[in-house]
Order: sequence, then structure tokens, then C-alpha cells
Amino acid sequence: MTASHPQQDRHDVVSMDHLDQLEAQSIYILREAFARLKKLALLWSLGKDSNVMIWLARKAFFGRVPFPALHVDTGKKFAEMYAFRERYAKEWGLDLAIEYCPPIDSVDPTLPPAARSAARKTEGLKLALAKHGFDGLIAGIRRDEEATRAKERVFSPRGVEGGWDVRDQPPEFWDQFNASPPPGAHLRVHPILHWTEADIWAYTARENIPIIPLYLAKNGQRYRSLGDADITNPVASNASTIAEILVELDGSTVPERAGRALDHETEDAFERLRVAGYL
Amino acid sequence: MTKPVNPSSLVMPNGTTRPQLRIVIVGHVDHGKSTLVGRLLHETGSLADGKLEMLKAASARRGMKFEWSFLLDALQTERDQGITIDTTQIRFRTQSRDVVLIDAPGHAEFLRNMITGASQADAAVLIIDALEGVRDQTRRHAYLLHLLGVKQVAVVVNKMDRVDFSEARFQAISDEISAHLIELGVTPAAIIPISARDGDGVAALTDRIRWYHGLTVVEALDAMTPAVALDELALRLPVQAIYKFDDRRIVAGRVETGHLAVGDDVVIMPAGKLARIRSMERWSATPLQGEHGAGRSVGLTLDRELFVERGDVIAHAGSVPSETRRLRARIFWLHEQPLKAGASILLRLGVREVRATVVAIEKAIDPGKLAHVETREIALNHVGEIDIALAQPVAADSYADNPRTGRLVIEVNGRIAGGGLVLAVDAGRAVPRDIVPVRSALRPEERAGRYHHDGAVVWFTGLPGSGKSTLAIALERRLFSIGGSPILLDGDTLRAGLNRDLGFSADDRRENIRRLAEVAGHLARNGHIAIVAAVSPSRGDRAEARRMVDSEFREIYVSTPADICEQRDPKGHYAKARAGALQDFTGVSNEYQAPDAVELTIDTSQIAIGDAVDGIEDMLRRSGVLRDGVADLATTG
Repeated sequence: MTASHPQQDRHDVVSMDHLDQLEAQSIYILREAFARLKKLALLWSLGKDSNVMIWLARKAFFGRVPFPALHVDTGKKFAEMYAFRERYAKEWGLDLAIEYCPPIDSVDPTLPPAARSAARKTEGLKLALAKHGFDGLIAGIRRDEEATRAKERVFSPRGVEGGWDVRDQPPEFWDQFNASPPPGAHLRVHPILHWTEADIWAYTARENIPIIPLYLAKNGQRYRSLGDADITNPVASNASTIAEILVELDGSTVPERAGRALDHETEDAFERLRVAGYL
Repeated sequence: MTKPVNPSSLVMPNGTTRPQLRIVIVGHVDHGKSTLVGRLLHETGSLADGKLEMLKAASARRGMKFEWSFLLDALQTERDQGITIDTTQIRFRTQSRDVVLIDAPGHAEFLRNMITGASQADAAVLIIDALEGVRDQTRRHAYLLHLLGVKQVAVVVNKMDRVDFSEARFQAISDEISAHLIELGVTPAAIIPISARDGDGVAALTDRIRWYHGLTVVEALDAMTPAVALDELALRLPVQAIYKFDDRRIVAGRVETGHLAVGDDVVIMPAGKLARIRSMERWSATPLQGEHGAGRSVGLTLDRELFVERGDVIAHAGSVPSETRRLRARIFWLHEQPLKAGASILLRLGVREVRATVVAIEKAIDPGKLAHVETREIALNHVGEIDIALAQPVAADSYADNPRTGRLVIEVNGRIAGGGLVLAVDAGRAVPRDIVPVRSALRPEERAGRYHHDGAVVWFTGLPGSGKSTLAIALERRLFSIGGSPILLDGDTLRAGLNRDLGFSADDRRENIRRLAEVAGHLARNGHIAIVAAVSPSRGDRAEARRMVDSEFREIYVSTPADICEQRDPKGHYAKARAGALQDFTGVSNEYQAPDAVELTIDTSQIAIGDAVDGIEDMLRRSGVLRDGVADLATTG
């Protein structure tokens, strides 16, 4: 072993807890993405996960987000979500880019209704990619959300059509990422893939990150996950603070996306969406 | 032992955290990896509501018996084919800690996915089918765990129900795998007989395995510990980027090992520049104070303006990484095209990206096979040791010195194609520093005007006794007689002087060739035709010589058959080697690697020396070394 440095024994090292470790890893990923890709955007869905992601980007780049925050807008979000977008795009100094999704007729009619509605977002994403020529999209998906997302890479290549080839994902290890998309294709970068729902809430509380109030219980109901207003349902809950949400999650065996209709229509509905380029 | 929990809850409501352990399940295809994971989740009450019913329905739809593996094999193609394609992760909780289980595929075809999963693990469970015993992928996975640095391994012998819970069968497998693991330097933490399908040995010992008195799987997992503390090693802070978003110039990176604080004197490698840390910047609060250790992503400002770039490594004075252009590494290879000596590759050492050449390949084997047959190239899913020459100096550590910075990946066409551990840095040879080369004032045209040729290296390779020196001497005479400036560099002659410190090991042979190429290249750049006659048996060494000399290199393979070379034996070496008095003699005890592609091939048993030299002159003329003026001189003079 290399000799240790005399300066090393002066003080104790400031210890890192679980959230510090998650944060440091996410910052590392964001900095790698910014160093290795030419034209990045961060997908801002306005939900709890992408707000944490913006927070992490501000930490990584010392207060500013050095790429656009892209909101792919279905036009069917909750009013509270639009209010949140207007306010925090300004407060956080974001370079906000909004892409409106095409009408439902342009979406694969063989998909079940809720999935078809969600697939509009994929079409909107394709429009944004074509318009801006992004080679990297930073997305706030997590492994614990859904079984196909658990198989994702941190840097995940997409085909020229935006598709995900799950049979041929490149190897990824030791924080070495495949960051060279072929011409015309793009990469998805997943800086919070290793976080859990509870991590997101604990970090949101610790850092005092603003959230959309729909996540907190009112009249015995709250939203655990936010999508389009017409295909997202609240769950029964009395958790009106983040601390109460954490207690609720600790005893729960109900999956996070239980309120998202599109996950439950057919066994492979979500995988089909993802293969086609959904988040 | 365990309590039912929501698999996604790692952070306690009061904000405290429990230790987290990441465990990968590996082994041969169909030995029951995904089933074990499903069973573990079930036994620990970690399944989400409705999941069991969903799995039953998904199995029934395919007319299959209930499949635990459907829990993790979430992709339609995985379920339809009943195989795991890609790695996945799922969480559960035992009494003492939170566990992230990583399920890796067992098919050789998906080894890259197994590596992706296993590289993230603190510990591993190696699963073996009691009926089938140790198989290819069992051995391959065991070898890769060792290469990935996963040292804690528990073995489970699964499907004991299929062998009537035979203790003798368990013992036989136990002995075989123990021997294999110990050979790799891994001592198994436990070897456990189980039936993942029925639950024996997973969370509890049952009557059917009453002869076994060791740990259950859950107990074995509880006994494993997270990876070592990296804080205690020397400081390594690879620079990810320099940010100038405002008037601050921030050097950003993650502390891989060791720790640092404001006021520390640091060295920026490989350039060796000195600086002091002025501040540790942070958003949104005031700058950081205190010692910050491994895993922390930081942003520094330095006390002076220095050229620092991505890939540099910040260290403390007195414990800096080596500055090097040579590495030896043990790697695994994941690309369909085998890795060969001479290959041009892109190397990533942490965040440093550097072009490199594979100088030599040694000890290439298939780690799945029992008999280790060495090959000359590293094929898909095989492993081997390689020597690498880098296009520019980098800061590097050996894996033994630093498990984080002492590893590398190789990229082919923008995709990771392999990875491995740095075994040695620099092979003990000093790299010049603070040297400012002085160039000649004569222009190449001036020299070419006098000699009627451009500079070149004519490199003769072939077995001892093949006629290299004879041809070289004849060519020297011919070029001189037509007004050129040939200079003979005979391998044996140089070994008597310049290279007299070198023997005949692979390393010394490589250095011998490097020096020959260095001198010859220098002569060529100064307008002379350097004629090298050297056995130079290694294809990789010759490729490196060609790379050093560049476009002025002309290789001639003297292909005289081995039996004729031995008959000639001009220096009496074959006779000595046959008598055992000469070690490492190419042609007898050391192999000669014939070239794939050369500028010219000459068999001196088939052609007279004069005719052969005509052929060489013709080749030099066609390839633009000799100019027409030389021919005129020859005919008129």
C-alpha cells in the first residue's frame, strides 16, 4: 500500500450518511454527463424526483443548471403542477424549454387506453429531440419504481428512433459510462437510478426542497406519484407532512405506481412504452 | 431473523440510516439464481401487495408451473424464454441491515450484464445445482468475482431435493468449489445446502438437511460486511472538470480514496505541479470545512493559476501516483472481436481517456474451462494479461496500491469492450521528465537532396540463421554504392553494447526492440536508412516498433524454413540450445511469431542474395523511399 500522508491524521474525516452518499454519486454522474455529452437537457416532470434532480444539478454545478430544463407537456397536468412550474423555473433560474405533445390520434392505437395516453409523452419527447438535437436527456427514473426500470443502465443508449434495446445493453461498471451515442441517437442519463422513494422524501425534507402540495394528504387522500390528471389516482393516506409520508412508506407494501393506471393494463404495457422511448 | 418490510424503505422515518449491503447472485444458467432471490424476498416478507398473485397469473398464462424468477425477469422476452437477460436489483431487509440483491444472468451470452451487476456488489452468492455440479459459468463467474474485487463469497448448493438431500453429493461439490475458489484467492464464507424452490436452508434449516449444521443463507448474508474503508488509503482525487461559471475557477471531482482539507499541499499528476487548496466550494451553503473523505464529490479552488485538465489526479506530496506510459493489466474481454497484440485501443483510467496500443498479450485463457489452454489473443468472455503503451503519460496506480484508481476499461467504437486491474505501472523503467528535445537545423529536403532517398527503417525479422544479417550487409553495400546513407543496426551487435543490460525474458526482449526502434527511428528522421537485423520474435513488439517509427517503417520477413535455419546454424546457437546450454532461444525453446502483413517476404533458401537485394531495392523505390536520382547515379556512375 502507498504510504499514508502525515496530514491525514490531523482530524477525523467528516462522515457521510446514506443521503450524503446518494447525493455524491448523483453529482458524479451529472458531472460526467456534462463533461462527455455535447447538448444535454434535464427532463423536468415537476414531480418529486425531478425536483430532487434539479437540486442535485445545482449542487453539482454550484448553483446553476447549465443546460435546459425540458418539460414535455401533455396539457393534462394538474393545475398545481403548472403553478409550480411557473414559480420555480424563475426562482431556480432555469432555462425552461416546453414541448407540447401531439394529439392522441398520432399515437399507436393498439396500446391500452391509459398507456396510449402516456405514449403521447414519448411523441412529445421525439419532437423535442428533433427540434433541439439533444444528445443526452437526464431523466429521474429509479430502479425501485418498476421492474423494467430496475434493469436500466445509468447511461442508457437509445436508438435513432429513440427506442431502448433491452436485449443489447452495453456493459457498465466501476462508474465507467458508455457516453458515445451514434450519430442521430441520444443517451438517457439516470442520476437518481440508485435512489428509493423513501430516499427522495428524506432528502427533500433534509434539503427543504419545494414540492407540489398534491403529494400531501387532504381529506384522507394523497398522490404518491403524479402523471396526467385523467390517468393518475390518489391513494388513501393521512400523511400530511413528509415525516408522516416516511412513516407511512415504512409500513407499506403497496407499490409506488399503484395509482398509475398505465402500469396495470397488461403485463407488458409498461415495457412496450419503455422500449418505444418512454421514460 | 427478519421482519416484513416495504422493500423500498432504506431510510428510517427519523432520518437515521441502517448499514446497506449489496449482494450479487451468480452462477451457471438454470442453477436457480432468480428462484433463490424470489424465495429470499418471500421468506423475509418483502414482496409488494399483489405481487404473488401477479406472478401466479403470469406463469399460468404461459402454461408454466409457478415461477419465482418472474419476479425479477420483468422483460417479456425473459419470461417467454424463461431466462434472465439483464441484471436487476431488488431490496429487502434483515434484522441487522438493508440488502440490495443483484440478480445476474447465467448465460455466457449475457456475461457483460453479469459483470455490470457484480461490479456493484460488496459480496456474492455463488449458486450451484446439486445435480449438475460445477459448470463452465460457475468457474467463469468465480474468476470474474475475483477480477471485480468481490472477495466475500458464499456458496449455495441448490436443488438438494433433486439429489434426495444427499450429504455425500453436497460434500463432493463442496470440495470441488472450495479448491477452485481457494486457487483464486477466495475463501468461501459458507457453503450451504438448499432447496430454493421449497425453502430448505434459505431462512431456516429443515429436517431434510439435518446433517448440515452451518449458517442459513439469510444468516450468511447477515455475516457479510460492506466494502473496505477507502478513507485510509492515500488521497486520489481525479479531476472531472474545471468550472468557470462565475469568477471562481473550480476544480471538480470525487475523492476516490483518502481525504483532504483546505490548506493541504497537493500535487497535480501527471505533470507534478504543486498547489495548495484555498477553499472547498459548495452550493447552497458556505464553503466546506474539515477533512473530507472517499466518496465525496467536491469543488476546489487552488492558491495559484495552474493548467489543470480533466483526467489529472490530485494527490498529497509524498504519496503520489506514478506518471507512466506503460501499464500491465489483467483484463476480461467482452467484445466479439478478440483483442490482439498491436491493437489500437481507447483506455479509460478513471476519468482519464487515453489512446493506447496493446504491446503484448500473455496468459490469455477461458476462465470457464478446467484446463487453462493459453491463447495468443483474448477472445469474447475470456481473460488475459496485457502490456499497454499509452500515447501520453498518465497518473496511475496498481490495483494492489489502490483498488479504486488501479483499474481500467477499454473502449472499442465508443462502447465498453473490456476492463481489468492494473498489475504493474511502468515496469520499473523511469520516464523522462523535464527534457526539452533539440531538433536538427537541417531540413529533410537538404538531406534527401544529397542521399537521393528519404529516411527509412528497413527491419529484417526472422528465425536465427534465416539470413537476416547476410541480407542486411548486402543491402547496406548496395545502398552505399548508389550514393545513399545506410546504417546497419545488428541486434547482436547492439546487445554487446547499448543493450548489454538486457537478457532474453519477454520484458527484456521488448525493451531491446524498443531501443532498436528508438535509435533506428532517430536515424530515419535524420535522413538515413537504418537497416535493422533482429530476430524480434514478438508480433506485438514489432507492432510497437512500427508505431514508434511510423510511416518510415518497412518490415521484411525472412521466411527461410526452420529446418534449413537449424542446418545452417552459423553461430552454433541451435546446437547449444538443443543441448540445453542456451535458454529462451527462439526457434528451439521460444516461439517465433510470424508476421501477418509485411512490406516484403524473402525465403533465402529459394532466392540468391543478389536477387533478393534487387527485390528490396525495388520495394524501397515503389514505396517512395528511393528517389529516381539514385537510379541515374547507379547507371551512370
